[in-house]
Amino acid sequence: MKKIISMRNMSDKQAGIVTKVSVSGEMGRRIRDMGLVKGTRIQITGRAPLYDPVAIKVRDYTLTLRNNEADFIEVEVDDGEKE
Amino acid sequence: MMEKKSDKTIKIALAGNPNSGKTTVFNNITGAHQSVGNWPGVTVEKKSGLVKYKDREIEVVDLPGIYSLTAYSIEEIVARNFLIDEKPDVVVDIVDAANLERNLYLAVQFLELGIPLIIALNMVDVSEARGITIDVKKLSEMLEIPVVATVARSNKGTSELLDQTVKLATDKKGWKPANLCYGGDIITGINDIEKLLGEKDIYSNKYPKRWLAIKSLEGDQPILDMIKKDEAIGQECSKICEKINKHIKITLDQDAESLISDYRYGYIVGITKEIVKRKKESRLYLSDKIDMVLTNRILGPIIMLLVLYGIYEFTFRGSELPVIWFEKFFELLSTIVSSILPESIFRSLIVSGLIDGVGSVLSFVPLLMFMFFAIAILEDSGYIARIAYMMDRVLRWFGLHGSSVMALIISGGISGGCAVPGVMATRTLKGSKERIATMLVLPFMNCGAKLPVFAILIAAFFAKNEAMIMFLLTLLSWFFALIAAKLLRITILKGPKTPFVMELPPYRLPTFKGLLIHTWERTWMYIKKAGTVILAISILLWIMMTFPRLTQDKIDSFNEKKETLIQEFLSIPEVNKIIGNGQGIVAFDKYYDLYAQGSEKEREIVTAYDKVKRGIDKIGYDEQSAALEGSFAGIIGKALTTLTNPLGFEYRTNIALIGGFAAKEVILSTLGTAYSLGEGVSEEPEPLSVKLQKEPGWNQLTAFTLIIFMMLYVPCFVTVITIKKESNWHWALFSMLYSLVSAYVVALIVHQAGLFFGVGF
Repeated sequence: MKKIISMRNMSDKQAGIVTKVSVSGEMGRRIRDMGLVKGTRIQITGRAPLYDPVAIKVRDYTLTLRNNEADFIEVEVDDGEKE
Repeated sequence: MMEKKSDKTIKIALAGNPNSGKTTVFNNITGAHQSVGNWPGVTVEKKSGLVKYKDREIEVVDLPGIYSLTAYSIEEIVARNFLIDEKPDVVVDIVDAANLERNLYLAVQFLELGIPLIIALNMVDVSEARGITIDVKKLSEMLEIPVVATVARSNKGTSELLDQTVKLATDKKGWKPANLCYGGDIITGINDIEKLLGEKDIYSNKYPKRWLAIKSLEGDQPILDMIKKDEAIGQECSKICEKINKHIKITLDQDAESLISDYRYGYIVGITKEIVKRKKESRLYLSDKIDMVLTNRILGPIIMLLVLYGIYEFTFRGSELPVIWFEKFFELLSTIVSSILPESIFRSLIVSGLIDGVGSVLSFVPLLMFMFFAIAILEDSGYIARIAYMMDRVLRWFGLHGSSVMALIISGGISGGCAVPGVMATRTLKGSKERIATMLVLPFMNCGAKLPVFAILIAAFFAKNEAMIMFLLTLLSWFFALIAAKLLRITILKGPKTPFVMELPPYRLPTFKGLLIHTWERTWMYIKKAGTVILAISILLWIMMTFPRLTQDKIDSFNEKKETLIQEFLSIPEVNKIIGNGQGIVAFDKYYDLYAQGSEKEREIVTAYDKVKRGIDKIGYDEQSAALEGSFAGIIGKALTTLTNPLGFEYRTNIALIGGFAAKEVILSTLGTAYSLGEGVSEEPEPLSVKLQKEPGWNQLTAFTLIIFMMLYVPCFVTVITIKKESNWHWALFSMLYSLVSAYVVALIVHQAGLFFGVGF
């Protein structure tokens, strides 16, 4: 079973496919410039000491973004299962 | 500027993502022939170099590291304007082979612009070590541009890159914008706008029309504004964009802008599928393994503290000796100049004004070099991004950004440091409000120049708890800086938070050459400042502390007092006997050691001699003190006492604080002069701390108030100048004003509360 959740709610090490980046303007442009577009595979690789920002693996490099920025990104993940 | 230059010189621009090794490529090509400056009107660093390659002269301009060609950041705008306005012969795009897809995103945008492009596929060694093979030839064929594999770190591929660059520049094929395959809606939009723009010929010389069309659909503000200059076209263009956007919204629930980047990445993935072969699917690289420890939620912060502590140990221990050498050098220079020049106002200007003033600033050079070197290691290794990542959440509470933390630490966040490199380190924050806020609160940190002044006061009044008070002061400086940042961010610097979306670059071993270049660039910037602004201010302060001079009557009366002492000594019969009539007191010097070991009577003479010497010193200091009191600085200092009395400062403290504007360590020497002491020639000179303890009006409360005041008041003027350079005069002046007011208010509260509760007596 697949389900779509926001990136903030992904658990550690969980991987998924970006289905939507629901922010426009500078923030959206910035996110897309860094390679987070529809269809991109990502994986959570770590979180900062206070659980925010979050580090993800995308297109073979590590990207960090704040939780409230991760809110804009919807990801399709395997339901219940962790990779 | 020879005429020959124009036809033989090739102008190339180096472009690429941050961390793609662009700087290393630049260093490889230009070697020592580079100059550093700023792009006009902005605080983005511009590096360029002119080199001879074979029989061609090549001018290399290093564009700022960027991810895209939008108008998202100043860097992107700078790069874009350069390409369009200056039309370099070739753009060399440095592409990180180990991070191919995201790096190609920029390359694709260059292709769309149509500028002659060559790709340096850099760090192929890293990608190969990761089991990734890239078909360079196929990449070149698919993009229809030359691609050269390089390993910049070990300078591999540089000459082939230059050969290809020269070849491409000589071909003069001109600009050929690539037509990327966008979906139906987008293509319709692009074609419509291109046609619209084609009807008029106003932009066509400078900009490829198709590119303008794409940018319009992307909602690129500077381009839209430019198109709007022709009202009719502007309106028509907006209409087209609106229509397309509306349609895409309905059919795909997206906007044109995001759809365009989807297509670009789609195109890139299409290419990488063809040219990239992976041996293993493992995505956990060495760098990721290091991160599992270094950014671990518990271990990470601990290691970070250790690293930061290590930097301080390295900087302060390492530079201890060289700083002393520098100080000794300037002392020696003072002494030599003093002995060559006859005593005059001119000598005083040269020695006290120029050498002491500039010397005190230049003495910091070794310390800064060590600091810059350490920072360069953090930057080049990629660790600095991790610090920002780990600290962002905390700093965000106070309206700052994760990237602020490094600047705060450099400025003295652990104690010791310097706000000048600190202000420069805020560059990573780009043009944001967080950057200005960080810049404004940095000077509250306890920099290396404040520390000796604190140390003396603590030694004098808090001898029992030295370490604890020092630690308390570090905490207080963070407290004030963060509170001030919060206040600034909810008042005059109110604004949205800068996105954090940031790359954690893979860890890399810095190259020694790279570190040296970084260190030297920054040090040189500091030295240049010492040679210009600091020189001027030193002279100004010297004038303030020297003029108006004592009247001749007063000078005479001090000389008279000295003469009386000397005559008293010379009139002792035994003294007269051994050195004879008509000799000065110095004539006794050669008998001094002999008499000091002689009979009781002879030793008495030595004691008397010492007394006279001390007396003369004392009169000398009194004279200096009187001169200072009568000088402009003294007059100002006295005039300020009405203001500073509630803080418990007297006029001599005020003078020292005025001097502290030149450099905080000047407070110490000025206090020394003002309190009639210093490095006396006489035996047992009283240290400043002892002297202050004895002064009436000085107690723990005064000392603590003064420390707090010094922590917060006006940044030293080198910092102010740096703030001006990194922002503008407006903020530089504001920084002086608001910190002075903060210092006054806080010190007033501390002192009055202290008096009220009766502490510190």
